[in-house]
Amino acid sequence: MTTLTKPDTSSAPQDPAGDAPFLSVRDLYVRFATEDGTVKAVDGLSFDLERGETLGIVGESGSGKSVTNLAILGLHNPRNTTITGEILLDGQELTGASQRTLERLRGNKMAMIFQDSLTALSPYYTVGRQIAEPFMKHTGASRREARARAIEMLAKVGIPQPQTRVDDYPHQFSGGMRQRAMIALALVCDPALLIADEPTTALDVTVQAQVLDLLKDLQQETGTAIILITHDLGVIANTADKVVVMYAGRAVERGTTREILKEPQHPYAWGLLGSIPRLTASVDVPLAPIPGSPPSLLNPPSGCPFHTRCAFTATVGGDRCSTERPQLPDGRGSACHLTAEQKRDIFIEQIQPRLR
Amino acid sequence: MLRFLVRRVLGAAVILVLISFVTYLLFFALPSDPALLSCGKNCNPQNLALIHKNLGLDKPIPVQWWNYVVGIFAGRHLPLGNCPAPCFGLSFNNDTSVWSLLKDRYPTTLSLAIGGSVTFLVIGVGLGLISAWKQGSVFDRVASSISLLGQSVQIYFIGPLAIYLFSVQLGWLDRGHDPDWTSDPVGSLTGLVLPCLIMSVIFWSNYSRQTRSLMVEQLSEEHVRTARAKGMGSKYVFFRYALRGAMGPIVTIFGIDLGSVFGGAIITEATFGLHGLGNLAVSAVLQSDLPLEMGVMLVGATSIVFFNILIDACYAFIDPRIRLA
Ligand SMILES: Nc1ncnc2c1ncn2[C@@H]1O[C@H](COP(=O)(O)OP(=O)(O)OP(=O)(O)O)[C@@H](O)[C@H]1O
Ligand SMILES: [Mg+2]
Repeated sequence: MTTLTKPDTSSAPQDPAGDAPFLSVRDLYVRFATEDGTVKAVDGLSFDLERGETLGIVGESGSGKSVTNLAILGLHNPRNTTITGEILLDGQELTGASQRTLERLRGNKMAMIFQDSLTALSPYYTVGRQIAEPFMKHTGASRREARARAIEMLAKVGIPQPQTRVDDYPHQFSGGMRQRAMIALALVCDPALLIADEPTTALDVTVQAQVLDLLKDLQQETGTAIILITHDLGVIANTADKVVVMYAGRAVERGTTREILKEPQHPYAWGLLGSIPRLTASVDVPLAPIPGSPPSLLNPPSGCPFHTRCAFTATVGGDRCSTERPQLPDGRGSACHLTAEQKRDIFIEQIQPRLR
Repeated sequence: MLRFLVRRVLGAAVILVLISFVTYLLFFALPSDPALLSCGKNCNPQNLALIHKNLGLDKPIPVQWWNYVVGIFAGRHLPLGNCPAPCFGLSFNNDTSVWSLLKDRYPTTLSLAIGGSVTFLVIGVGLGLISAWKQGSVFDRVASSISLLGQSVQIYFIGPLAIYLFSVQLGWLDRGHDPDWTSDPVGSLTGLVLPCLIMSVIFWSNYSRQTRSLMVEQLSEEHVRTARAKGMGSKYVFFRYALRGAMGPIVTIFGIDLGSVFGGAIITEATFGLHGLGNLAVSAVLQSDLPLEMGVMLVGATSIVFFNILIDACYAFIDPRIRLA
């Protein structure tokens, strides 16, 4: 009863002056019930994102990147999925929000670009209709206004002759054009949060660069917060402000893009950096892919999930790596039992020479 | 779309020409002399030769077949009487034109085939959709067990039971009679309800299972997820996106079933004592009435080919990737 008269609003989530981040994911767990058991696809993940900022999420295949972001949009099948933790978008709690609430936000305040635009767009409707639909739904625009908006969006993402291409079906577009159309679709309601799940993986390198530039330009125009999911640290280097490195459903390292690329701390991040082919690298330095394969999320390893593939467990000593789960500090840091000095020394002495 | 249709119609024409030729061979050339059949008891060589000439059997077979096909479109003057187009010859039995017999019986079979199809599509697809919408619910489980039941019954077994129960005992439904759409459309419709329902039973279980699994599959498709990611409501996504994707395969399955649909219609006719093509074919076979058998064959084959084109057109209409190819 006192809340009505309570003068203290400084801690209220929606306070624009407050310093609560625009998107805040806290202790997120996503579990799938499957025939073989429970898949712990996301295991205690936290990160923040501000408006106008780009967060890169990197990790091997199966590390839980897509699952995390589908959880933000509330797109998991509630029948077999358990989600706990906190997802606050602009102060609004999204975990456990009703379908109605989520439907109002999806495509409107938060939108997603999917990896494979050929399967992600419906083959049965024209590109224009698919772009216009969310605009009509969220803004109440008429069919004609929505069509005009679809043409405008197609022009914005650089589709030639948008007035005629608007009536094409996805299969009549090239791969690069389809991905642009997908971006147009995601941005049609000017979302405040844009999630791009490997938006360029299916494209060739030049188109890849164009699409990333396009995203950057659009972000500068509208101040959208972007989560960019990728395998490719090269993509991160050019577009992200900060990075979360994911392994087996957990964040194992966090920092600015510069920090992650120049002074990575986690052995897994070293491995990711080591597996990028470089044009400048001399031929006699072999690529160093991470040995082994990602662990089963049905039965993740005890302690540090990376210990089964890590070359430095002996440096930590004892069986600490396999028994004790390392914590990821808030802000810059990594979830690893190596000491800060050890991390720095190993990186400078053993890892860096191989990267040059 | 037009090119697609033209291609399909031309293909169908070729198929029909082949079918007509093969059936002609089967009926008039390969078996025992057809003239013998219409010659009767006091048959002598002179009579036989006369009949040969009358039936045109003295000419080479391709010529006979050609005359037959031309007759279908242009009519023929046969020695036994005039046979206006479409001429399928005259019945051996009483010299009436085969076409007039076909014209009499075809509406019953066609009404059953169409009515039965509409019934099982509505019930089968409808149940499948509800099951997919409420996956794992009691309804879903009950519907799938009923489906199993539906697949193990026979029309000629449940038909009489249904007549006894619904029309004799309860008096709810007409026991089924031949439709006459021009003079009594309402009566035609009510007369078809029970036969169509019974005929649909052997089909709809398959459609409800297929629809359910197609919808479940579609609902996990990426383009359906995109529609949800746009904020579209779950009903909208279900019908506009998932069902749209499931429709093509359902239509394809229906196309494969066309033959069985006509077969089912013929069994249903027999079960309900209706007078359709099946009944006509049986009497033609019993009386060795070759022109009539041939006529029934051709009309049946043409119907199936025609409905196949219709279904292909539906498919192309549903899927722009085919329409615009
Ligand atoms: N609906 C689901 N049911 C069961 N397991 C799932 C489901 N969705 C994802 N997973 C599992 O969760 C794990 C993480 O998947 P996710 O798609 O997030 O990986 P990712 O990091 O996006 O990989 P990629 O780079 O290949 O896209 C995988 O092991 C995957 O098999
Ligand atoms: Mg993924």
